[in-house]
Amino acid sequence: MIDLVLYGILPYLTVAVAVVGLIWRYVTNQFSYSSVSSQFLENRQLFWGSVPWHYGIILILAGHLIGVFFPRSIMAFNGVPVRLYILEGTALALGLLVLAGMVFLLLRRGTNARVRVVTTPMDIVLLVLLLLQVVFGIGIAIFYRWGTSWYVQTAAPYFWSVVTLSPKVSYMSSLPLLVQLHAVNAFILVGLFPFTRLVHMLSIPLAYLWRPYQVVMWHRRQQRGL
Amino acid sequence: MDVRAQLASVFHLDKCIGCHTCSLACNNLWTSREGTEYMWWNNVETKPGTGYPTLWEDQGKYRGGWELRGNSLVPRTGRRLGILSNMFFNPALPTMDDYYEPWTYDYEHLFTAPPGDTPPTARPVSKITGHYLDVEAGPNWDDDLSGSPIYAKNDVNLASLTPAEQEAMFRIEQMVFFYIPRICNHCLNPACLAVCPSGAIYKRGEDGIVLVNQEKCRGWRFCVSGCPYKKTYYNWKTGKAEKCILCYPRLETGQAPACFHTCVGRIRYTGLLLYDAERIEAMAKAPDTELVEAQRRLILDPADPEVAAAARRSGMSDEWLAAAGSSPVYRFVKEWGLALPLHPEFRTLPMLFYVPPLLPVAASNKTGSYDLTESGFFGNTGNTRAPLRYLSALFSGGNTGIVTDALARLWAVRSYAQARSAGNISESQAGDLLKKSGLTAETAGQIAALTSLPRFNDRFVIPPYRREVDIQETVNPQKHQGQTGFGFSRTPGRGL
Ligand code: SF4
Ligand code: SF4
Repeated sequence: MIDLVLYGILPYLTVAVAVVGLIWRYVTNQFSYSSVSSQFLENRQLFWGSVPWHYGIILILAGHLIGVFFPRSIMAFNGVPVRLYILEGTALALGLLVLAGMVFLLLRRGTNARVRVVTTPMDIVLLVLLLLQVVFGIGIAIFYRWGTSWYVQTAAPYFWSVVTLSPKVSYMSSLPLLVQLHAVNAFILVGLFPFTRLVHMLSIPLAYLWRPYQVVMWHRRQQRGL
Repeated sequence: MDVRAQLASVFHLDKCIGCHTCSLACNNLWTSREGTEYMWWNNVETKPGTGYPTLWEDQGKYRGGWELRGNSLVPRTGRRLGILSNMFFNPALPTMDDYYEPWTYDYEHLFTAPPGDTPPTARPVSKITGHYLDVEAGPNWDDDLSGSPIYAKNDVNLASLTPAEQEAMFRIEQMVFFYIPRICNHCLNPACLAVCPSGAIYKRGEDGIVLVNQEKCRGWRFCVSGCPYKKTYYNWKTGKAEKCILCYPRLETGQAPACFHTCVGRIRYTGLLLYDAERIEAMAKAPDTELVEAQRRLILDPADPEVAAAARRSGMSDEWLAAAGSSPVYRFVKEWGLALPLHPEFRTLPMLFYVPPLLPVAASNKTGSYDLTESGFFGNTGNTRAPLRYLSALFSGGNTGIVTDALARLWAVRSYAQARSAGNISESQAGDLLKKSGLTAETAGQIAALTSLPRFNDRFVIPPYRREVDIQETVNPQKHQGQTGFGFSRTPGRGL
């Protein structure tokens, strides 16, 4: 029963909350969309937290996505032991990198008086959940080795079963506890997404790469441009 | 030719008394909120000095403005991909310590202190953390050189001076300094805008005011380091960038911006300039010493029928053209060549111009006492106390000729006016100076009148905006009326 709730209902629930929440927030309060950076208040500690965290987590998330979208190529890649070792080693190193970043970020939140002023309870909740997620991830990498391979045979099919609306609950419930914690925590993070600063992920300004440098707007002309 | 209008300004530095009234007017109106206490959209700094934020002119530190790489103009902050890769940590961002930590005083203590031998004091308290704080910097900490040579010595613009000149300057430094009031220049080639990844900053087509769309800003902070004048600020509370809005809500109702309106020295002028938008980039690429000339070339003569026709074609009304025709800024900048851009070498084509301070050597103390006779105050032409190279590092990209010309004209006008009103210099002497500086008596009279006797409407020639007509097609003016200047009426908060 609990498995059904966790792996059959929770994913849909959290995704629904995320989608509705994001739209609601964007429509009613676009002003609140911001990275809410605190670099202006504290610069040095942030460097050691933010840079490893962001670059590490982007690569790790990309790895998870590649596993889901291209399971065959991952399997083929891991077919040669050396490559498997390299991939596993890289993943673990990245995990430790983001762990260090997250610890720095949390310490900074806690110890810097200026930063504390702009820290909301939700910021703390989010940082703690992310820290847990990283710890679970590293634990999996250490205790259940070769995850880059078994992930594509368990979690990836489960992901697709959820997408195709026929969730294979047993794919997940038969996995070790640590892996289950990692998954459930991920669902919670998805659900919280619209209510936290994570929304800045949706504002990654890729359009900047091709927009002209100058932007001119006219009262009476709808289009913008030079 | 793509003719556009820019609401531009002139600050006459000889008239600034450094009273900071302008800063306070602005602060009262726009930045006395949590998150903006440290922002001075208008600030007044003493030169030589390090300014606010400290060493803002040092682009090695803040990487603001544009640089020429080969034949292309690139923000010094970086190319687009470089900027995106620095989003998690902007290495050139000034932090609060580069400005100052805003504070108030613990006045409560004066009432609650227990009886004692000494009277209680109100200790400074940080407006950010609420903790006691040792005040170490403020927005005008180096005001009047602050009784210390440190600020003056660290002025970035001294780099171009020879050691001998620097030494002379420091002898002089004991007696000379001047004020520079600074607001956003509402540049023609704004770097703040170019480096904004979200595309939240835009230049208004009609009047060229540069604004940050608060709804679109995502707090990536590149505008803050990208503006070479450090005139975009980060609101630490809302996580959004804010900057001088040139009081557009006032302009749209026919009033001068608050800092202009309140200026005690009446040093400020505002009016339209017409320019050719197609040539912005070409002009911004001119060599350092030719930038002032290039900028002057970019500005068009509203009396030229061809320009007027092109302006009408791009939708400018006759009223706006007429306002451009009587703009005091056009006269100071283009006709008279008196007003110069601050740091043109940043290549943003700033639209705020400064009449450089004359600061003549009036006396010497060689004899041990204050001696007025040596050079004869009103006979003195070339002897300015601030080295020309220092002034040209500020106002002409190192081109001393341009500064010399402007100073010669200012001097001639001053002599001319003195000859006429006080008679302490002969008409013929004044006439000689006029001839040398290439001015006619008539022009000198006009300059003198606009400098010392202008009325409100001579200083501020604000075009009729008719904003309500402009917006009614897209926005319901009734709804617009109930909104704050930023366009929404929710209390700005941080995140959700
Ligand atoms: S002075 Fe104003 S318009 Fe120019 S770059 Fe700075 S903020 Fe932008
Ligand atoms: S109010 Fe005018 S005179 Fe006073 S500091 Fe400001 S610009 Fe100078």
